[in-house]
Amino acid sequence: MKIAFKLAFRNLIGAGLRTWLNVIVLSFSFVVIIWAKGILVGWDHQAKNDMEQWEIGNGQFWHNQYDPYDAFTISDSHAPIPNEFKPEIEKGEMVPMLFAQGTIYPKGRMQPAMIKGIPASQILLKIPTHKLDTVTDAIPAIIGEVMARSSHLEKGSRVVLRWRDSKGTFDATEIEIVDIFSTTVPTIDVAQVWINLETMQEKLLLPEQATLFSFANVEENRPAVGDFKLKTKKELTAEIDAMIKTKSKGQSVFYFILLLLAMLAIFDTQILSIFRRQKEIGTYVALGYTRQQVVTLFTVEGAMHAVLAAALAAVYGIPFFIWQARVGFTVPMDTSEFGMAIAPTMYPIYSVGLILSTTLIVLLTTSVVSYWPARRIAKMNPTEALRGKIQ
Amino acid sequence: MENSAIIQINQLIKRFPMGKGEFTALKGINLNFGTGEFAGLIGPSGSGKTTLLNIIGSLDMPTEGEAVVLGKPISKLSAKESAKLRKESLGFIFQSYNLLQVHTVFENVEFPLLLLDYTTSERKKMVMDALEWVGLTDKVKSKPPQLSGGECQRVAIARAMVKKPSLVLADEPTANLDAANSHNILQTMQNLNRELKTTFIFATHDEKVIGYLKRKIFLKDGLVDHEEWINQ
Repeated sequence: MKIAFKLAFRNLIGAGLRTWLNVIVLSFSFVVIIWAKGILVGWDHQAKNDMEQWEIGNGQFWHNQYDPYDAFTISDSHAPIPNEFKPEIEKGEMVPMLFAQGTIYPKGRMQPAMIKGIPASQILLKIPTHKLDTVTDAIPAIIGEVMARSSHLEKGSRVVLRWRDSKGTFDATEIEIVDIFSTTVPTIDVAQVWINLETMQEKLLLPEQATLFSFANVEENRPAVGDFKLKTKKELTAEIDAMIKTKSKGQSVFYFILLLLAMLAIFDTQILSIFRRQKEIGTYVALGYTRQQVVTLFTVEGAMHAVLAAALAAVYGIPFFIWQARVGFTVPMDTSEFGMAIAPTMYPIYSVGLILSTTLIVLLTTSVVSYWPARRIAKMNPTEALRGKIQ
Repeated sequence: MENSAIIQINQLIKRFPMGKGEFTALKGINLNFGTGEFAGLIGPSGSGKTTLLNIIGSLDMPTEGEAVVLGKPISKLSAKESAKLRKESLGFIFQSYNLLQVHTVFENVEFPLLLLDYTTSERKKMVMDALEWVGLTDKVKSKPPQLSGGECQRVAIARAMVKKPSLVLADEPTANLDAANSHNILQTMQNLNRELKTTFIFATHDEKVIGYLKRKIFLKDGLVDHEEWINQ
């Protein structure tokens, strides 16, 4: 086997341009696959990180009735803040939020919105709630950029907000947009209006009540408290995982095509080699190689394309990966309305596992497509191969 | 025969399929070769000389009869045993040199040693010795496309001789060479035959080669027509 490697290396280097063309194509596959996978990992990481910082902290407690996908549950999803949570809230390690459905009327148009009450003093989440302390004769409210665009509201805009209190009575008042924040997390932006929790509790006639709590505590398996059940970070980010998984499957098709092109080049080279190098094959046999050893030599030779490609990919791929990790990849379109946490610029993350697994897959695939045509050698008659007579 | 027999051929028949029928290339050959012979199978194209050489070299199998080479019955050898015989005891020289084109002269000559368990330093010494025999020590780094036909054939001789095999089989070794180069390589082989007592068997119809042979075996239509021994 050692000899096969030695000879294969000599043969490949000796073949010159033919080898390097294959190696360049294959190295390109390496770099693109690792980069694209790195982008997905980076996206996953960024999306979860942003969700954690902007919305969920290290987990949430939800009211038993609360189902974000069922609008009819919202009006009943509230309960008094349990005493057990109060020490954490006072320390700023837990943020209570109260939700209600409402309607805004920007420029006379009716637009449904989820009204969310959050303490202005909270610092656990990155939502700039301190702006809710702005002194104005209307209710100060903050919204995200996507909401601002869809409702044509801007900083300083005033708009009528209507809601139904806990008794079922409709009420309305004017809110003033005191700040517009930029976030990659759509669930706190799209169709959301944020106001001070106390104002919200007062308007809904639900003093000291909340729909859910985000908390900083990293402890897992916290028990349910009163009407509130635990939602772990893993559960809350499961949708992102599912989305990444779907994206990953889509990307696999792309990898497959890319690998197919590279493998086609290697397969072609191998087929060509076996016909063009008949005399050489016969010579190997005459000098003492068994046919199986010649098959091994040709397989190793083909598979070694992947080794050289990995080396070449390292030469230009590593600087490219480092540069990409630093400047990121800017998605060439507006991603704010994709409905998922996707930053305009994504920073790829590469792991040793990712690089090793990609290398292994490419190496195995190359070995298989190299072995396939090489099997024909085993059927060759060495005396005819020596004279290059096989058609 | 100069010495004890290293090749014994008994009633050797070789048939090849041809269309719906068969072509009989060897029709019952009986021959013995001894150690240190410088012999040639002589005959026109189709007389069966290359077929016989291939069977002696365990590259082909007899259809009937037997060829015992260095004590090994060719028809009974497995692929692995045949390869072992070629690797350890046989050297081949071909009409079109059959050098590995992308390898240097050194690497070409080193190849048979790679298959045997020699150390790097042993291999280096043996390759340089072999290249010295053929007068090519100044071409170690050249590749076959950079060499003349005569030089290529001398590399092939060095490759065949580097492991000091018991038997060298040369199939039309001068067919692609001019007269000067032909004499040059024949003298080289003659010297190696004398110095190392290696048995050389040629398949040829080249008069230049025939002039150097000590034993001439004339084949005709797959049979030994007659033999001539030259006493020197």
